[in-house]
Amino acid sequence: MLLRSRTSTMLAVTLLAGTLVATAEAKDKVKVGFIGPLTGGVSVNGLGGRNSADLSVRLRNTDAKAKYEYELVVLDDECKPNVAVQVATKMAADNEIVAAATHYCSSTAIATVDTYHKFGLPVVVWGAVLPDITYRNKYAEVHRVNGTMINQNEANAELVTKLGYKTFAVIHDTTDYGKGHNQYFSEALAKKGGRIVGTFGVTADQQDFTAELTQIKALNPEVIYFGGLTPIGVRIRAQMDKLGIKAVFDGTSGIVSEAFIQGVGPLAEGVLAFREGAPTEKLPGGKFFMEKYTAQKYDNPPEAYGAFAFAAMDLILDTIEKVGPDRKKVIAEMASVKDRDSIVGKITFDDHGQNTVPIITKYVIQDGKFVEWDNSEYTSGKRKLPGQK
Amino acid sequence: MDAGLLAQYVMNGLMLGMMYALVAVGFTLFFGVLDVIKFSHGDVLTVGAFTALATFAGLRGIGIDYGPINLFAMLAVAILSMAALGMLIARLIVLPLRSAPALNVLLITLMLGTVLRESVRLFYPQGANPKPFPALLTQTSIDLGRFNLRLDNGLMLAAGVLIIIGLQVLLNRTKLGLAIRAVAQDEETARTMGINFTAVVLMTFAIGSALAAFAGVINGLYYNEINFSIGLYLGVIGFSAAIIGGLGSVYGAILGGFLFAGLQTIGTVVLPFASAYKDVFAFAVVIAIMAWRPTGLIQEKISERV
Repeated sequence: MLLRSRTSTMLAVTLLAGTLVATAEAKDKVKVGFIGPLTGGVSVNGLGGRNSADLSVRLRNTDAKAKYEYELVVLDDECKPNVAVQVATKMAADNEIVAAATHYCSSTAIATVDTYHKFGLPVVVWGAVLPDITYRNKYAEVHRVNGTMINQNEANAELVTKLGYKTFAVIHDTTDYGKGHNQYFSEALAKKGGRIVGTFGVTADQQDFTAELTQIKALNPEVIYFGGLTPIGVRIRAQMDKLGIKAVFDGTSGIVSEAFIQGVGPLAEGVLAFREGAPTEKLPGGKFFMEKYTAQKYDNPPEAYGAFAFAAMDLILDTIEKVGPDRKKVIAEMASVKDRDSIVGKITFDDHGQNTVPIITKYVIQDGKFVEWDNSEYTSGKRKLPGQK
Repeated sequence: MDAGLLAQYVMNGLMLGMMYALVAVGFTLFFGVLDVIKFSHGDVLTVGAFTALATFAGLRGIGIDYGPINLFAMLAVAILSMAALGMLIARLIVLPLRSAPALNVLLITLMLGTVLRESVRLFYPQGANPKPFPALLTQTSIDLGRFNLRLDNGLMLAAGVLIIIGLQVLLNRTKLGLAIRAVAQDEETARTMGINFTAVVLMTFAIGSALAAFAGVINGLYYNEINFSIGLYLGVIGFSAAIIGGLGSVYGAILGGFLFAGLQTIGTVVLPFASAYKDVFAFAVVIAIMAWRPTGLIQEKISERV
């Protein structure tokens, strides 16, 4: 007992001395974290997000008015739930890390919310769209700057039914992410009067889809809706062509990535996709973001969710600047975020920590680029999707 | 079900079956001569496919862009380099461990497979992304009702059948084949008959790995997309196919490959529940077959198991 109290006294003295030394230096060092898929099939999105978060930290460190000097700790969740729980635990258990911007993949984000809650690490999700991440529990630690897949699937169903399509086949991966897309798209489509002729759950690493696609061919839908990520999206689109299926390929935010266009080549033409928020170049701070991003000469583009990763990290840094590097204070402060300006527009967290972003961007791939649907030649009537009236 | 649709399913199943069979034959060859299971086989296929893709990019880089020449060069480079890789693996990893328990070889090749796979991912430019594979065969297709017969699929199937027939001829009609069969039956007697054991083993690994490279290129041409993990899945299925066929029997491996593809197709088409369960169905049937015929459908003629 005596020994223990003596040790704690010594510890207290050391800590005090440490603080004194630290204040003598220019700025305190504060660690913040980033988690995303840096390897594996969707790594381009993870790297784009990491670069964007890194950009936010760098800009802050060059700002003379900043109270602290920040260090970004980056971990890779590989888009695998089991790996994600490990790295999330590693990050959350490191008390020096005050807050983190986490996860592109829904399957990893949903797997780790309990971990963040248990360790009390405030996180801001920067890319995953599954509603359950913020809405299944009411964890004060978990926030999200991007919207959920409910909104994008409503916009999706609205557009395809407006174009006159009536019959749909659904292919989705059997992770929480794909199942969520299937659920919300099916619900939204039912309201708009579209008919689903067949639903196919596939594993997230499946290679051959010819059996499923042959069945779809027999069902002859006008549109194939795909709820999943880029790697199998590429395979399905390529194999549709092999089987002579002419249906429209209707994707989600999971395929909004340069890797999708590179993977399928010319077959990408006329593929639909949806994403929350406005396109980066149209965002309030989009031009500023792109200029700064380009100036850093990163190897990868920021990709679809880079701006959100930047906004998530910026929000974290703003909060730390305001209340200091203390997890509990950061959590308390984040609960009151309302109409906060960011490069993705105003951020307002509801009582679940979810940003209420109303805008959804509709994309169509035209000449190897994601073009906004409303500005595309498909809207002007110059080009037509298969079966477009 | 109408005839066109049925024909489409059969065609899909045949293509899939041929790729499985080519991989399974490799497993069975290695097991035949050395009684080892080489788990890196699937990843040799991946490396072969990526070697072909790199060759294509290289040829394009120096201005050669004529389909048949490119395809020939890709096949040649992929097959020869994988044959060399196969020999290297046999020489450096499998042969030195011959007197160790079979489990060691299995484990070490499993790890080697991971090394190969991760190397592709890390060292091939943007290796983590799915890569488009050029469509170098004719893109003509004939629409027969619900059956979309693509000529390139027909060509690939024919090439696969020729390769398998060629392998049979090699094993049954040539001196090398005789030597391989002799070593497979009884290593010591083969040695006393003056057969160079090491050379035969190296040749067998070269042939098996060359088949994997061929399957890798066919895989790329068929799906027009390759990625670093294709070999992992094909390896597991090829291995299972070799086992249900009867490890050690070439015919068994071919039968097993087509059987597995058939099961997967049936699993998607006929079963009332979601297609996500097709592998569960296929592997469950494999378990049932193994319970019924523990040594596989076609057993080795001379079995060491008494």
